[in-house]
Amino acid sequence: MLADISREEQLGILRKMLMIRRAEEHVIRFNEDYKDLIRGHFHVYIGQEATGVSVCAALTSADYVFSTHRNHGHVIAKGGDPKKVLAEIIGRETGYCRGRAGTFHVAAPELRIVHTSAIVGGCLALAAGTAFASQVQETSAVTVVFFGDGAMEEGVFYEALNLAKLWQLPLILLMENNYRRAGRSGVSHSATELADVPRALNVDTTVIDGGNVGLVYKTASDLVRRTRAGEGPFFVEARTHPWPGNEGAHPKLVAGATHIAWAWDASGVPEKMRSWYAEGDPVLLYARELVEQGGVSRDEIQQLDAEVRKDADEAARFALESPLPDPQAALNFAYAGGGN
Amino acid sequence: MPQEMTFGESLITALEEIMGQDRRVVLIGGGLVGTGSGQAQLARLREKYSSRIKNPPIAELGFCGIAAGAAMAGLRPLVDIGTATFSYEAIPQIVNEAAIAYSNSGGQTNVPVVYFMRYGIRGGGGVQHSGSPQPWYWNTPGLQLAMPASPADAKGLLRTALMRSQNPTIFLAHERLMDDRGPVPDGDYEIPFGHAAVKREGRDVTIIATGIQVPRALAAAEVLGKERISAEVVDPRTLQPLDKASLLASVKKTGRLVVTDESHDNCGVAAGLAAIVADEAFTSLRAPIKRVAIPHVPIPFAVPLENFVTPTTERIVEAVRTLLRPA
Repeated sequence: MLADISREEQLGILRKMLMIRRAEEHVIRFNEDYKDLIRGHFHVYIGQEATGVSVCAALTSADYVFSTHRNHGHVIAKGGDPKKVLAEIIGRETGYCRGRAGTFHVAAPELRIVHTSAIVGGCLALAAGTAFASQVQETSAVTVVFFGDGAMEEGVFYEALNLAKLWQLPLILLMENNYRRAGRSGVSHSATELADVPRALNVDTTVIDGGNVGLVYKTASDLVRRTRAGEGPFFVEARTHPWPGNEGAHPKLVAGATHIAWAWDASGVPEKMRSWYAEGDPVLLYARELVEQGGVSRDEIQQLDAEVRKDADEAARFALESPLPDPQAALNFAYAGGGN
Repeated sequence: MPQEMTFGESLITALEEIMGQDRRVVLIGGGLVGTGSGQAQLARLREKYSSRIKNPPIAELGFCGIAAGAAMAGLRPLVDIGTATFSYEAIPQIVNEAAIAYSNSGGQTNVPVVYFMRYGIRGGGGVQHSGSPQPWYWNTPGLQLAMPASPADAKGLLRTALMRSQNPTIFLAHERLMDDRGPVPDGDYEIPFGHAAVKREGRDVTIIATGIQVPRALAAAEVLGKERISAEVVDPRTLQPLDKASLLASVKKTGRLVVTDESHDNCGVAAGLAAIVADEAFTSLRAPIKRVAIPHVPIPFAVPLENFVTPTTERIVEAVRTLLRPA
């Protein structure tokens, strides 16, 4: 289904989804083409773009978003500059956090992504905290916290959920089930359905296809409105379709870079991966939907993708050419205001 | 005009003034003054600021994280953890989130939250209600650490932590100090962090003491005075930031040092302070540095066992005598 929004807004969503895809293809190439550029392991959001972008499209710049170790997509979805995202991922002074955060902890306070934790479930209570602040300050801001299925194995999930419900906080808990953990039923979580857990605490819970832009956008818009009206918190399980390149700690472009034309003809995809690109890739599914139902031509989509690729290439060049931080800067920022 | 009041009353009086002056300040928790005096005052405060005082479920991990997140969004939460060992349930949020956010964001996200906790050997607390977490928190960059030893210091440091500081603060009050009485200045009385206080001047030996060890060191100095030993007692008041200059100046004057903190001796507060002095004032020392701390054992329950591990006035006196005994 297509969301009930203008053609321009529809294309805006596709543009952001494509930007995440193209920027993260650069991240993977950074790792493959340059020795010791990223150094450690890293995670990408490929395959989940529809969820983050469609949820953030329902938010304003005053709303808070919390993310995870898989944060690049959320930061771009909230309006982040891909230059500053890529620069941060490779530890440059020009990155969102001046090279202190790296791929795992990209935070962008100016976008109200005030802190990013790479600890599974690390931001759940913090997100309840910004929601609590909005409640005390009597502002209309809501907080959305993205987390994966694995976070529901952590104790803090339960405490944060219980507190959010008791205090009726303006918080949306958005679980992106990418089946990395608890999706393997009975292996790492004993609930029959993960969504049963928030239901047990009387938290209003919705389960949706996280790859369906229109459905995610409609769900998020409704819940954001209700959250602003004081009906929160809410829990959403967005089921995503795991990208085959995501196995292991170093994602690989198993089918090469995505060709936007695969949206209408996936025959060029290596056979092993073809079904994901034909039926699971949210970017291609949405592009196809816009062509089939949204009155957008294939040429327009190709043109949009070319523009995004150009911007993403420019962002990658910016990151690579940016300076590393001064070694002495390691001692900065332990304390604000000189430690007092 | 300073008024006489207990440590607990001083804290609650300060909080009442602060909440009246600063709408960003909220209280999460309810045992701020322990079970001692100040209960009626706390009840009145709850009524007056009901929307800014939350009584949370038993979920230290959850509400310590909520407080940190609220601080990131502009509030100034005071979290009452109660017994300090309960904060161990919240270590992931305090140490691995609140403490690091400012640095991780490249100096953009401030986390002005205050975690208040009652620490130490209270008498009969047993192994899980007698803990002293100050070495853990002092070992965590990003956290500030305040350890007031008197009712006046409690108020002055709490005002600074809640109204001025941009950083997360661990605020430790010893359980046995909560009913100690002393003069407390009226009104907007603040003590800046990183300013030690010489609580008694002396010539022969410096005793650096923190929290409950300050009154114990002062009592030790009285005993030693009768033996014609002049002991100087210096209270750092905050360990982070630390007023190294005042500590070193005292040691340079006396040439001898006993360091005492009611925490375990391995990598403890006394050990850390001793290392700084050894590094930076070794040539001023006329004798080895002595530590008076808790031996490396979980705190036992029975009275003689508990007394044995407590860094008492007598142990401080004995440590000083050892330093001054002719070889």
